[in-house]
Amino acid sequence: MALTRVFIANRGEIAVRIVRACRELGLECVVGASQIDMDGLAAELADRVVCIGPAPAGESYLRPELVVQAALGTGCDAIHPGYGFLAENPRLSALARENGIRFVGPPSEVIELAGDKLRAREVALEAGLPLVPGREVATLAAAEEFASESGYPVLLKAAGGGGGRGIKLAHGDEELRSLFGIAVAEARSAFGDERLYVERYVADARHVEVQVAADEQGGVVHLGERDCSVQRRYQKLIEEAPAPFLPERTRDALTAAGVAFARAIGYRNLGTVEFIVDAAGGEFFFLEMNCRIQVEHPVTEAVTGRDLVAEQLRIADGQPLSFTQDELSFEGHAVECRLTAEDVSRGFAPSPGRLTRFAVPEDIEGLRVDTHCRDGALIPPHYDSLMAKLIGHGAGRDEAIEIVHEALERLEVEGVETNAGLLAAVLDHPDFAHGRITTHWLEEAMV
Amino acid sequence: MALSDEDVREVLRLIDESDLAELLIETDSFKLHVVRGASSQFPVPSSQPETNEPVNGERSTVNGHGATIDAPMLGTFYRAEAPGAAPFVDVGARVEPDTTVCLIEVMKMMNSISAGVAGTIVEVCADNAALVEFGQPLFRVEPA
Repeated sequence: MALTRVFIANRGEIAVRIVRACRELGLECVVGASQIDMDGLAAELADRVVCIGPAPAGESYLRPELVVQAALGTGCDAIHPGYGFLAENPRLSALARENGIRFVGPPSEVIELAGDKLRAREVALEAGLPLVPGREVATLAAAEEFASESGYPVLLKAAGGGGGRGIKLAHGDEELRSLFGIAVAEARSAFGDERLYVERYVADARHVEVQVAADEQGGVVHLGERDCSVQRRYQKLIEEAPAPFLPERTRDALTAAGVAFARAIGYRNLGTVEFIVDAAGGEFFFLEMNCRIQVEHPVTEAVTGRDLVAEQLRIADGQPLSFTQDELSFEGHAVECRLTAEDVSRGFAPSPGRLTRFAVPEDIEGLRVDTHCRDGALIPPHYDSLMAKLIGHGAGRDEAIEIVHEALERLEVEGVETNAGLLAAVLDHPDFAHGRITTHWLEEAMV
Repeated sequence: MALSDEDVREVLRLIDESDLAELLIETDSFKLHVVRGASSQFPVPSSQPETNEPVNGERSTVNGHGATIDAPMLGTFYRAEAPGAAPFVDVGARVEPDTTVCLIEVMKMMNSISAGVAGTIVEVCADNAALVEFGQPLFRVEPA
């Protein structure tokens, strides 16, 4: 490996995960932490930690120039951005490259292309992927015309949005009229891009995504798919691999589409192509591509037996993929629950604080826990509330569910409120057991 | 310290070349206040601090005991404005809150850092051209 030292531009559990991958590959690592994270687990495990700024992310984790300066100043030859923060910031990718540092992710042009939902749709169309019927609309009249052709409800989406942001649902003419101006204004202020497109709304949809990996030699493979339909306000709570209750031909078509899109967009490194699958008919449509390692990557690691973060680093190092498509096999079933510091009874209000107790059971076979939490750790109010990912891997789906369920029951957390009870309730629910889950299920079931 | 006409011209030239909108220099013996393109004869001080202005050290912090000047940002620490030039300050130098004590470079942007405190420099705590972290002590100061 030509790389020697990796700068980790992230925090929390993913920073810990990247430290471990570096250890696995014999790479040194430097964690760039905000002031409040200086005594966190990732900082402690890394070879070195540097304070890149104060706690607010806008003055630390979200500043590409600080990250690159810190990487240069600590002699790092690669930057791993993790997920969130600057992971899909084309400027960080470009700035790293200009300064002779490998960015562990795709080139800035690919991030920009994938981030522009309208151009990404064009790429998908050319690659032969099915798209939800829709088009760009410059005026309310054009949006109304589309709605009258396709029928309501329709979604108004910001071209610069993504990850569930910048989306509005209109059930009729009146609602469309009242939302259109707001959508334009929001698109402009939130994404600096007022282009909108309108598309048919697939009411009962599952969220299924395909993990792809692409090297610099042009090799592209998929590592199967994940179902992430248990969501609240587009935030995933429970993910699993493989996607359950999916006809084999749909699975094959999805993974082939994921690879086709990655090829068409010139993808490099690990990425995820997201689809929605019509729960009724099994028809699927391209949604968007995420140019980063995903929070839920461990379920794919569990069923493939591959270390995806290590693979990211090898690809950034210029090595070809360490496996071919034929060499990949899938074993068993994996389910991941995202444990968050949220008070479910108070409308999912964030519940930051000092953990007086944090312990996960260590004697459950098939359980993996990715976390930065421990006794005394601080959950700061400045960042997202993810505390830990509990991943169960079993021979079948029921076994995987049982493993995570037991972990949730035996988990000991004091000092903050968590969503553990809600996660256990979902796992217990007959709808979850029988696959009657759409992306709206959780919000409807909680009412 | 007296100010010659030449000094004033030099100050004005520097302001012209910079993108500063306003400059206030004040010492015991003189006060110079320049406002670019001011329409009012009596410019009213802006009620909002210029938070985007990189060329100042207002964010440099002094710890509770008034003993150190800490790096207000991560970057490369420079004691002088050019290689070989005299350092902005050295041990024994007397500083005022607005005295420039060093530069911190972030991706080719030079940020000049002010002392933020009045006193005498008793120690330089970071190496020239080294990476300094946010909050790292740069100088130790004996408060005036």
